[in-house]
Amino acid sequence: MIYLQLFLSFLKIGAVSFGGGYGMISLVRETVVSNGWLTDTQMMDFIAVSESTPGPIAVNMATFVGFSQGGVFGAILATIGVIMPAFFIMFLIASVMRTFMKRKGVNAFLEGVRPGVVALIMSTAVTMGLSTLFGVGGEKLDINILGSVIIAVVAAVSVLYKKIRKKKISPILLIVLSAVISLCVDIIAYG
Amino acid sequence: MSKGKPVLTLFLTFLKIGAFTFGGGYAMIALLEEEFVGRRKWLTHEEFLDIIAIGESTPGPLAINSATFIGYRQAGFFGSLASTLGVVLPSVIIITVISLFFDRFMQFRYVQYAFEGIRACVVYLIFSAGLRMFKGLKKKPITYVIFGAVVALFISFYIFGIGFSSVICILACGCVGLFVYALTSLRKPAGLTECEPAREAGHLDPEPSQKEGGAEK
Repeated sequence: MIYLQLFLSFLKIGAVSFGGGYGMISLVRETVVSNGWLTDTQMMDFIAVSESTPGPIAVNMATFVGFSQGGVFGAILATIGVIMPAFFIMFLIASVMRTFMKRKGVNAFLEGVRPGVVALIMSTAVTMGLSTLFGVGGEKLDINILGSVIIAVVAAVSVLYKKIRKKKISPILLIVLSAVISLCVDIIAYG
Repeated sequence: MSKGKPVLTLFLTFLKIGAFTFGGGYAMIALLEEEFVGRRKWLTHEEFLDIIAIGESTPGPLAINSATFIGYRQAGFFGSLASTLGVVLPSVIIITVISLFFDRFMQFRYVQYAFEGIRACVVYLIFSAGLRMFKGLKKKPITYVIFGAVVALFISFYIFGIGFSSVICILACGCVGLFVYALTSLRKPAGLTECEPAREAGHLDPEPSQKEGGAEK
Protein backbone atom coordinates (compact mmCIF):
# COMPACT_ATOMS: atom_id res chain seq x y z
CA MET A 1 0.00 0.00 0.00
CA ILE A 2 2.90 2.31 -0.77
CA TYR A 3 0.73 4.38 -3.11
CA LEU A 4 -1.82 5.23 -0.45
CA GLN A 5 0.97 5.93 2.02
CA LEU A 6 2.71 8.28 -0.40
CA PHE A 7 -0.50 10.11 -1.19
CA LEU A 8 -1.55 10.53 2.44
CA SER A 9 1.93 11.53 3.64
CA PHE A 10 2.23 14.25 1.03
CA LEU A 11 -1.36 15.34 1.57
CA LYS A 12 -0.47 15.93 5.21
CA ILE A 13 2.73 17.74 4.23
CA GLY A 14 0.85 19.92 1.75
CA ALA A 15 -1.75 20.84 4.34
CA VAL A 16 0.67 22.16 6.96
CA SER A 17 3.68 23.37 4.98
CA PHE A 18 3.69 27.12 5.47
CA GLY A 19 6.53 29.13 4.00
CA GLY A 20 7.05 27.46 0.63
CA GLY A 21 9.50 24.77 -0.41
CA TYR A 22 11.94 25.24 2.46
CA GLY A 23 9.06 25.28 4.92
CA MET A 24 8.27 21.68 4.07
CA ILE A 25 11.82 20.33 4.28
CA SER A 26 11.56 19.34 7.94
CA LEU A 27 8.20 17.67 7.26
CA VAL A 28 9.48 15.73 4.25
CA ARG A 29 12.62 14.72 6.10
CA GLU A 30 10.61 13.35 9.03
CA THR A 31 8.29 11.44 6.70
CA VAL A 32 10.97 9.85 4.52
CA VAL A 33 13.31 8.98 7.38
CA SER A 34 10.64 7.57 9.71
CA ASN A 35 9.17 5.42 6.91
CA GLY A 36 12.65 4.24 5.98
CA TRP A 37 12.19 5.54 2.44
CA LEU A 38 15.37 7.60 2.25
CA THR A 39 18.45 8.38 4.32
CA ASP A 40 19.41 11.92 5.27
CA THR A 41 22.14 11.81 2.62
CA GLN A 42 19.75 10.82 -0.18
CA MET A 43 17.34 13.47 1.01
CA MET A 44 20.04 16.13 0.63
CA ASP A 45 20.84 14.91 -2.89
CA PHE A 46 17.14 15.21 -3.72
CA ILE A 47 17.01 18.76 -2.32
CA ALA A 48 20.01 19.72 -4.45
CA VAL A 49 18.39 18.35 -7.60
CA SER A 50 15.01 19.93 -6.76
CA GLU A 51 16.73 23.26 -6.27
CA SER A 52 18.61 23.03 -9.59
CA THR A 53 15.65 22.03 -11.79
CA PRO A 54 12.83 24.38 -12.81
CA GLY A 55 9.52 24.47 -10.98
CA PRO A 56 8.40 24.74 -7.35
CA ILE A 57 10.80 22.94 -4.96
CA ALA A 58 7.87 21.38 -3.09
CA VAL A 59 6.51 19.77 -6.26
CA ASN A 60 9.97 18.62 -7.34
CA MET A 61 10.58 17.00 -3.94
CA ALA A 62 7.21 15.26 -3.96
CA THR A 63 7.74 13.89 -7.47
CA PHE A 64 11.26 12.78 -6.58
CA VAL A 65 10.33 10.98 -3.37
CA GLY A 66 7.19 9.55 -4.97
CA PHE A 67 9.14 8.15 -7.91
CA SER A 68 11.83 6.64 -5.71
CA GLN A 69 9.20 4.69 -3.75
CA GLY A 70 6.49 3.96 -6.30
CA GLY A 71 7.67 4.72 -9.84
CA VAL A 72 5.72 7.02 -12.14
CA PHE A 73 2.42 6.31 -10.40
CA GLY A 74 3.96 7.04 -7.01
CA ALA A 75 5.39 10.30 -8.36
CA ILE A 76 1.99 11.41 -9.62
CA LEU A 77 0.19 10.47 -6.39
CA ALA A 78 2.72 12.22 -4.16
CA THR A 79 2.52 15.35 -6.32
CA ILE A 80 -1.28 15.39 -6.30
CA GLY A 81 -1.14 14.93 -2.53
CA VAL A 82 1.17 17.87 -1.97
CA ILE A 83 -0.76 20.30 -4.21
CA MET A 84 -4.32 19.32 -3.28
CA PRO A 85 -4.58 21.22 0.03
CA ALA A 86 -3.09 24.39 -1.52
CA PHE A 87 -5.46 24.08 -4.47
CA PHE A 88 -8.62 23.66 -2.42
CA ILE A 89 -7.73 26.27 0.17
CA MET A 90 -6.94 28.86 -2.50
CA PHE A 91 -10.04 27.88 -4.45
CA LEU A 92 -12.21 28.48 -1.38
CA ILE A 93 -10.51 31.79 -0.66
CA ALA A 94 -10.84 32.95 -4.26
CA SER A 95 -14.49 31.91 -4.52
CA VAL A 96 -16.49 32.02 -1.29
CA MET A 97 -14.22 33.08 1.55
CA ARG A 98 -12.69 36.23 0.13
CA THR A 99 -12.29 37.95 3.47
CA PHE A 100 -11.17 34.86 5.36
CA MET A 101 -7.53 35.94 5.40
CA LYS A 102 -8.46 39.30 6.93
CA ARG A 103 -9.94 37.71 10.05
CA LYS A 104 -8.06 38.55 13.22
CA GLY A 105 -8.05 34.95 14.41
CA VAL A 106 -6.43 33.75 11.18
CA ASN A 107 -3.80 36.44 11.50
CA ALA A 108 -3.11 35.58 15.11
CA PHE A 109 -2.71 31.90 14.20
CA LEU A 110 -0.27 32.77 11.41
CA GLU A 111 1.70 35.06 13.65
CA GLY A 112 2.40 32.06 15.83
CA VAL A 113 3.06 29.74 12.90
CA ARG A 114 5.60 31.94 11.08
CA PRO A 115 8.40 32.00 13.68
CA GLY A 116 7.77 28.30 14.29
CA VAL A 117 8.30 27.47 10.61
CA VAL A 118 11.46 29.59 10.41
CA ALA A 119 12.73 27.82 13.53
CA LEU A 120 12.02 24.43 11.92
CA ILE A 121 13.91 25.39 8.76
CA MET A 122 16.96 26.63 10.65
CA SER A 123 17.02 23.68 13.06
CA THR A 124 16.77 21.30 10.12
CA ALA A 125 19.80 23.00 8.57
CA VAL A 126 21.69 22.79 11.86
CA THR A 127 20.93 19.10 12.43
CA MET A 128 21.68 18.25 8.79
CA GLY A 129 24.93 20.16 9.17
CA LEU A 130 25.78 18.24 12.35
CA SER A 131 25.14 14.92 10.66
CA THR A 132 27.10 15.70 7.47
CA LEU A 133 29.96 17.63 9.02
CA PHE A 134 30.51 15.79 12.29
CA GLY A 135 28.60 12.56 11.93
CA VAL A 136 26.57 13.43 15.05
CA GLY A 137 23.48 11.26 15.30
CA GLY A 138 25.35 8.44 13.58
CA GLU A 139 27.55 5.88 15.30
CA LYS A 140 30.93 7.57 14.92
CA LEU A 141 32.19 11.10 15.28
CA ASP A 142 34.45 12.19 12.46
CA ILE A 143 34.92 15.69 11.14
CA ASN A 144 34.28 16.32 7.47
CA ILE A 145 36.92 18.94 6.69
CA LEU A 146 36.03 19.29 3.02
CA GLY A 147 32.37 19.90 3.87
CA SER A 148 33.23 22.56 6.44
CA VAL A 149 35.54 24.33 4.00
CA ILE A 150 32.85 24.26 1.30
CA ILE A 151 30.24 25.77 3.62
CA ALA A 152 32.67 28.53 4.56
CA VAL A 153 33.55 29.24 0.90
CA VAL A 154 29.92 29.20 -0.22
CA ALA A 155 28.90 31.52 2.62
CA ALA A 156 31.74 33.93 1.84
CA VAL A 157 30.98 33.95 -1.89
CA SER A 158 27.28 34.62 -1.41
CA VAL A 159 27.90 37.43 1.11
CA LEU A 160 30.47 39.03 -1.21
CA TYR A 161 28.17 38.66 -4.23
CA LYS A 162 25.39 40.41 -2.38
CA LYS A 163 27.71 43.24 -1.34
CA ILE A 164 29.01 43.79 -4.87
CA ARG A 165 26.05 43.00 -7.13
CA LYS A 166 23.33 44.06 -4.65
CA LYS A 167 21.27 40.96 -5.27
CA LYS A 168 21.00 37.38 -4.10
CA ILE A 169 23.28 34.85 -5.76
CA SER A 170 21.55 32.00 -7.58
CA PRO A 171 21.49 28.77 -5.53
CA ILE A 172 22.40 26.86 -8.69
CA LEU A 173 25.67 28.79 -8.95
CA LEU A 174 26.49 27.88 -5.35
CA ILE A 175 25.67 24.22 -5.99
CA VAL A 176 27.90 24.17 -9.08
CA LEU A 177 30.70 25.92 -7.18
CA SER A 178 30.62 23.40 -4.33
CA ALA A 179 30.46 20.49 -6.78
CA VAL A 180 33.55 21.77 -8.61
CA ILE A 181 35.51 22.29 -5.37
CA SER A 182 34.80 18.83 -3.99
CA LEU A 183 35.37 17.21 -7.38
CA CYS A 184 38.83 18.82 -7.66
CA VAL A 185 39.80 18.04 -4.07
CA ASP A 186 38.64 14.41 -4.29
CA ILE A 187 40.35 13.82 -7.63
CA ILE A 188 43.61 15.16 -6.21
CA ALA A 189 43.20 13.09 -3.03
CA TYR A 190 41.85 9.78 -4.38
CA GLY A 191 42.33 9.99 -8.14
CA MET B 1 -14.34 35.72 -26.34
CA SER B 2 -14.94 31.99 -26.50
CA LYS B 3 -15.04 30.10 -23.24
CA GLY B 4 -12.19 27.73 -23.95
CA LYS B 5 -9.66 30.38 -24.81
CA PRO B 6 -8.79 31.90 -21.42
CA VAL B 7 -8.45 28.40 -19.96
CA LEU B 8 -5.97 27.42 -22.66
CA THR B 9 -4.08 30.71 -22.30
CA LEU B 10 -3.87 30.16 -18.55
CA PHE B 11 -2.61 26.63 -19.02
CA LEU B 12 0.08 27.64 -21.50
CA THR B 13 1.20 30.68 -19.49
CA PHE B 14 1.59 28.68 -16.31
CA LEU B 15 3.25 25.86 -18.23
CA LYS B 16 5.87 28.36 -19.34
CA ILE B 17 6.30 29.69 -15.81
CA GLY B 18 6.62 26.16 -14.41
CA ALA B 19 9.20 25.23 -17.02
CA PHE B 20 11.45 28.24 -16.71
CA THR B 21 11.63 29.33 -13.09
CA PHE B 22 14.45 27.96 -11.07
CA GLY B 23 14.61 28.29 -7.32
CA GLY B 24 10.99 27.86 -6.31
CA GLY B 25 8.12 30.16 -5.47
CA TYR B 26 9.97 33.34 -4.67
CA ALA B 27 11.84 33.31 -7.97
CA MET B 28 8.45 32.86 -9.62
CA ILE B 29 7.00 36.08 -8.20
CA ALA B 30 8.94 38.33 -10.59
CA LEU B 31 7.91 36.26 -13.59
CA LEU B 32 4.25 36.14 -12.53
CA GLU B 33 4.16 39.90 -12.10
CA GLU B 34 5.73 40.54 -15.47
CA GLU B 35 3.24 38.20 -17.13
CA PHE B 36 -0.03 39.14 -15.43
CA VAL B 37 0.43 42.72 -14.31
CA GLY B 38 2.79 43.96 -17.03
CA ARG B 39 1.98 42.09 -20.22
CA ARG B 40 -1.59 40.85 -19.94
CA LYS B 41 -2.92 43.45 -17.50
CA TRP B 42 -5.19 40.84 -15.88
CA LEU B 43 -4.34 42.15 -12.42
CA THR B 44 -3.38 45.48 -10.91
CA HIS B 45 -0.20 45.79 -8.90
CA GLU B 46 -2.19 45.91 -5.62
CA GLU B 47 -4.23 42.83 -6.48
CA PHE B 48 -1.02 41.02 -7.30
CA LEU B 49 0.56 41.93 -3.95
CA ASP B 50 -2.62 40.73 -2.22
CA ILE B 51 -2.40 37.38 -3.97
CA ILE B 52 1.24 36.94 -2.93
CA ALA B 53 0.40 37.87 0.67
CA ILE B 54 -2.43 35.33 0.74
CA GLY B 55 -0.26 32.70 -0.94
CA GLU B 56 2.45 33.19 1.64
CA SER B 57 0.01 32.79 4.51
CA THR B 58 -1.74 29.66 3.26
CA PRO B 59 -0.17 26.21 3.35
CA GLY B 60 1.35 24.69 0.25
CA PRO B 61 3.75 25.84 -2.45
CA LEU B 62 3.43 29.55 -3.33
CA ALA B 63 3.42 28.70 -7.05
CA ILE B 64 0.33 26.50 -6.62
CA ASN B 65 -1.43 29.07 -4.45
CA SER B 66 -0.97 31.88 -6.96
CA ALA B 67 -1.78 29.69 -9.97
CA THR B 68 -5.05 28.56 -8.38
CA PHE B 69 -6.02 32.09 -7.40
CA ILE B 70 -5.17 33.80 -10.69
CA GLY B 71 -6.76 30.95 -12.63
CA TYR B 72 -10.00 31.28 -10.70
CA ARG B 73 -10.08 35.05 -11.19
CA GLN B 74 -9.77 34.66 -14.96
CA ALA B 75 -11.88 31.62 -15.74
CA GLY B 76 -13.46 30.06 -12.65
CA PHE B 77 -12.88 26.49 -11.51
CA PHE B 78 -11.50 25.21 -14.80
CA GLY B 79 -9.20 28.19 -14.98
CA SER B 80 -7.69 27.36 -11.61
CA LEU B 81 -7.41 23.69 -12.55
CA ALA B 82 -5.70 24.49 -15.85
CA SER B 83 -3.27 26.94 -14.22
CA THR B 84 -2.31 24.53 -11.45
CA LEU B 85 -1.82 21.66 -13.90
CA GLY B 86 0.26 23.92 -16.11
CA VAL B 87 2.61 25.02 -13.36
CA VAL B 88 3.09 21.47 -12.04
CA LEU B 89 3.44 19.53 -15.27
CA PRO B 90 7.01 20.56 -16.23
CA SER B 91 8.27 19.65 -12.75
CA VAL B 92 6.66 16.23 -12.81
CA ILE B 93 8.01 15.43 -16.27
CA ILE B 94 11.53 16.74 -15.66
CA ILE B 95 11.94 15.08 -12.25
CA THR B 96 10.51 11.79 -13.52
CA VAL B 97 13.03 11.75 -16.36
CA ILE B 98 15.87 12.56 -13.95
CA SER B 99 14.65 9.87 -11.53
CA LEU B 100 14.87 7.25 -14.27
CA PHE B 101 18.62 7.79 -14.49
CA PHE B 102 19.41 9.10 -11.03
CA ASP B 103 20.50 5.86 -9.37
CA ARG B 104 22.79 4.92 -12.24
CA PHE B 105 24.09 8.48 -12.41
CA MET B 106 25.00 8.34 -8.71
CA GLN B 107 27.14 5.24 -9.32
CA PHE B 108 29.80 7.26 -11.13
CA ARG B 109 32.77 8.04 -8.94
CA TYR B 110 33.06 11.66 -10.07
CA VAL B 111 29.37 12.27 -9.45
CA GLN B 112 29.83 10.96 -5.93
CA TYR B 113 32.74 13.33 -5.44
CA ALA B 114 30.64 16.26 -6.66
CA PHE B 115 27.65 15.38 -4.47
CA GLU B 116 29.85 15.25 -1.39
CA GLY B 117 30.37 18.98 -1.82
CA ILE B 118 26.80 19.63 -2.92
CA ARG B 119 25.43 18.20 0.35
CA ALA B 120 27.43 20.74 2.32
CA CYS B 121 26.08 23.45 0.04
CA VAL B 122 22.49 22.27 0.65
CA VAL B 123 22.99 22.74 4.39
CA TYR B 124 24.04 26.33 3.70
CA LEU B 125 21.13 26.94 1.30
CA ILE B 126 18.55 25.78 3.83
CA PHE B 127 20.14 27.77 6.62
CA SER B 128 20.35 30.98 4.59
CA ALA B 129 16.73 30.59 3.43
CA GLY B 130 15.76 30.33 7.10
CA LEU B 131 17.88 33.35 7.97
CA ARG B 132 16.26 35.44 5.24
CA MET B 133 12.83 34.49 6.51
CA PHE B 134 13.91 35.24 10.08
CA LYS B 135 14.79 38.81 9.08
CA GLY B 136 11.31 39.19 7.59
CA LEU B 137 9.52 38.20 10.81
CA LYS B 138 7.66 40.75 12.91
CA LYS B 139 9.91 41.99 15.69
CA LYS B 140 7.65 41.08 18.60
CA PRO B 141 8.62 39.34 21.83
CA ILE B 142 6.28 36.43 21.07
CA THR B 143 8.11 35.83 17.77
CA TYR B 144 11.40 35.32 19.57
CA VAL B 145 9.83 33.19 22.29
CA ILE B 146 8.24 30.82 19.77
CA PHE B 147 11.39 30.75 17.62
CA GLY B 148 13.65 29.99 20.57
CA ALA B 149 11.36 27.35 22.00
CA VAL B 150 11.02 25.48 18.71
CA VAL B 151 14.77 25.54 18.01
CA ALA B 152 15.54 24.30 21.53
CA LEU B 153 12.92 21.54 21.34
CA PHE B 154 13.88 20.40 17.84
CA ILE B 155 17.61 20.22 18.49
CA SER B 156 17.33 18.52 21.88
CA PHE B 157 14.85 15.98 20.47
CA TYR B 158 17.32 15.34 17.65
CA ILE B 159 20.32 14.90 19.95
CA PHE B 160 18.42 12.53 22.26
CA GLY B 161 16.95 10.70 19.30
CA ILE B 162 13.31 11.31 20.20
CA GLY B 163 10.81 11.48 17.34
CA PHE B 164 9.70 15.03 16.60
CA SER B 165 6.49 15.94 14.83
CA SER B 166 6.70 19.12 12.76
CA VAL B 167 2.95 18.93 12.12
CA ILE B 168 2.08 19.06 15.81
CA CYS B 169 4.74 21.72 16.32
CA ILE B 170 3.31 23.99 13.58
CA LEU B 171 -0.24 23.61 14.87
CA ALA B 172 0.90 24.25 18.45
CA CYS B 173 2.69 27.44 17.34
CA GLY B 174 -0.53 28.60 15.70
CA CYS B 175 -2.45 27.91 18.90
CA VAL B 176 0.09 29.91 20.89
CA GLY B 177 -0.49 32.77 18.45
CA LEU B 178 -4.26 32.52 18.97
CA PHE B 179 -3.84 32.30 22.74
CA VAL B 180 -1.64 35.40 22.87
CA TYR B 181 -4.16 37.25 20.70
CA ALA B 182 -7.01 36.20 22.98
CA LEU B 183 -5.07 37.33 26.05
CA THR B 184 -4.18 40.75 24.61
CA SER B 185 -7.69 41.38 23.30
CA LEU B 186 -9.13 40.43 26.71
CA ARG B 187 -6.77 42.76 28.50
CA LYS B 188 -7.11 45.77 26.21
CA PRO B 189 -10.87 46.42 26.49
CA ALA B 190 -10.64 46.40 30.30
CA GLY B 191 -8.53 49.53 30.14
CA LEU B 192 -10.75 51.17 27.51
CA THR B 193 -14.35 52.34 27.46
CA GLU B 194 -17.37 50.29 28.49
CA CYS B 195 -18.79 49.69 25.04
CA GLU B 196 -15.62 48.10 23.66
CA PRO B 197 -15.81 44.82 25.58
CA ALA B 198 -19.49 44.45 24.73
CA ARG B 199 -18.67 44.58 21.04
CA GLU B 200 -15.82 42.15 21.47
CA ALA B 201 -17.97 39.72 23.38
CA GLY B 202 -20.89 39.89 20.98
CA HIS B 203 -18.88 39.30 17.87
CA LEU B 204 -15.15 38.97 17.56
CA ASP B 205 -14.97 40.78 14.27
CA PRO B 206 -18.30 41.70 12.71
CA GLU B 207 -17.02 43.33 9.56
CA PRO B 208 -15.55 40.41 7.63
CA SER B 209 -18.57 38.18 8.16
CA GLN B 210 -20.88 40.81 6.75
CA LYS B 211 -18.71 41.23 3.69
CA GLU B 212 -18.51 37.53 3.31
CA GLY B 213 -22.30 37.22 3.31
CA GLY B 214 -22.40 39.73 0.48
CA ALA B 215 -19.78 37.88 -1.49
CA GLU B 216 -21.57 34.59 -1.18
CA LYS B 217 -24.76 36.03 -2.58
